[in-house]
Amino acid sequence: MIDAPSSTWFTVSPHWGWYIVFYFFIGGLAGGCYFLAALIDHFGRPQDRPLARLGYYVAFPCVLLSGLLLTIDLSRPLRFWHMLIERNTFEPMFKPWSPMSFGSWALLVFGFFSFISFMAALAEEDHLRWPALYRLRWPAFRVVRSGRITSIIVAVLGGIAGLFIAGYTGVLLAVTNRPIWSDTPLLGMLFIVSAASTSAALLMLLAQRYGWRGLPGVAALERMDGLVLVLELVVLVAVMVSLGPALRGWLNVWGLLLAIVILVGMIAPLVLSWRHRRLPHANLATMATLVLLGGFLLRVVVIFSSEVI
Amino acid sequence: MAEPMGFYTDTTVCIGCKACEVACKEWNQLPSTAGGANTMSGDSYDNTRRLDGIHWRHVKFIEQFSETRQDGRWLLMSDVCKHCVQAGCLEVCPTGAIIRTEFDTVVIQSNTCNGCRDCIAACPFGVIDMNPVSGTAQKCTLCYDRLQNGMEPACSKACPTDSIQFGTISELRARAQKRVEQLHDVGEKRAYLYGADEKMLGGLNSFYLLVDKPEVYGLPPDPKMPSRNLLPGSVYTVLGAIMVGLAGLFSFRDRGREGIERGEVRP
Repeated sequence: MIDAPSSTWFTVSPHWGWYIVFYFFIGGLAGGCYFLAALIDHFGRPQDRPLARLGYYVAFPCVLLSGLLLTIDLSRPLRFWHMLIERNTFEPMFKPWSPMSFGSWALLVFGFFSFISFMAALAEEDHLRWPALYRLRWPAFRVVRSGRITSIIVAVLGGIAGLFIAGYTGVLLAVTNRPIWSDTPLLGMLFIVSAASTSAALLMLLAQRYGWRGLPGVAALERMDGLVLVLELVVLVAVMVSLGPALRGWLNVWGLLLAIVILVGMIAPLVLSWRHRRLPHANLATMATLVLLGGFLLRVVVIFSSEVI
Repeated sequence: MAEPMGFYTDTTVCIGCKACEVACKEWNQLPSTAGGANTMSGDSYDNTRRLDGIHWRHVKFIEQFSETRQDGRWLLMSDVCKHCVQAGCLEVCPTGAIIRTEFDTVVIQSNTCNGCRDCIAACPFGVIDMNPVSGTAQKCTLCYDRLQNGMEPACSKACPTDSIQFGTISELRARAQKRVEQLHDVGEKRAYLYGADEKMLGGLNSFYLLVDKPEVYGLPPDPKMPSRNLLPGSVYTVLGAIMVGLAGLFSFRDRGREGIERGEVRP
């Protein structure tokens, strides 16, 4: 302790383990996929509609799973509602300066929007016969002029909530006193960029599986993933620089795993995408799988490298 | 509100008897470690090792010996929650389970805590941990129940050397300052107070007289509030969101057209 690189080395671990790792990854996918779906809805071509629906189909189950993971991670899971309602007064429990409190409400809000968009996507494919739902998807059906404003509100607010869910987890870690987590303010930025790259990868992988490789939206996702992976590398280097002496926390087996994440989950997919203007089928699947694996392992490294100190 | 109350711990008179640990365990009915199994640390006379959810007082044994073991000294310190005026645990607790009492102390309400463990990560001193029996985060309450009934906390009451002193913060600070001066006068120039003024987290309502660097006692030299990262962390995250949004806009606008131009897709 005498040679500790930072005062954060004097704290103890909160025992956040695999449930939290999976939540960070799946929550990131939920937020990222919703954001991408809203983006495709607005800027994609009409034939990209199935790709946007896919984003909504992924987002809502991932939000449900996220809530479940967070609940079972509590030592007293039946008290999960204490996050939202004050136990003694039954008034809303909201502390905007506490990322966990803010995040609990954000998850609820995002769950609401992702549910609406999920149902609207089902209605669009005639799995649900409820015409009013058409109005809740941007740009809705062009014939349904009356629902346009509602659908814009849903997509914009849902997209913002999705990005929030993808990024606030990094701020949550920073607003502690634990080694590495609170030694840099950049983890939120890293997580939001990583959520974008993993979400684009997942949508590409699923699109290929459904035979939608020719959609312009998939080509756009490919290009976006390349850009975001470069961003992710830059942000990760910035994280390391900002850690300063606390970087010592990564001079161990976790640092080795991080190096593997950089090589396999970031550089290798970038090389694959640079070698081909449009990736061949096999390479697209490989690239997407590597990005997803890298995104997951990145969260493993961030969580456990601090937990072991 | 009553006047702020707290502890002043003079580590120079602690004899490591652990009476405070026992008194705390007894009064607060804290469970034994490992179901009562006899567990030894193996490398120290101290078998408690650290503060946690079932050890709200811990007497630290710092053994400073030379290589030849011909020279050495023991530093003993009864550690406890600092009941910070600016408390990181209270700040982040999402359920409102952690409260500030009328005595300016910090208490976790066990019937409200749901075991999210955010407070454990937020505490700059590593004081809080889980109580496996209650399934909630726990720490010293500064014997809130005893204080409400006009009694002194169990640990300071049990301390045989007055290493742990209880009282109003203003009175304790004055007493501690006098003791530092006394020690300086007799040649112990290393004596100083840790956390006795507002510079450290607005003041620690449990502060210490130490004779070595804080790190030697396992105390952070520069404890900070977790919220120091809230604004910069949020700003950088928003920047990240903007970068992702721009990357998305750039990719979708260009690629959509390119795909059509190359004839790969029909508009």
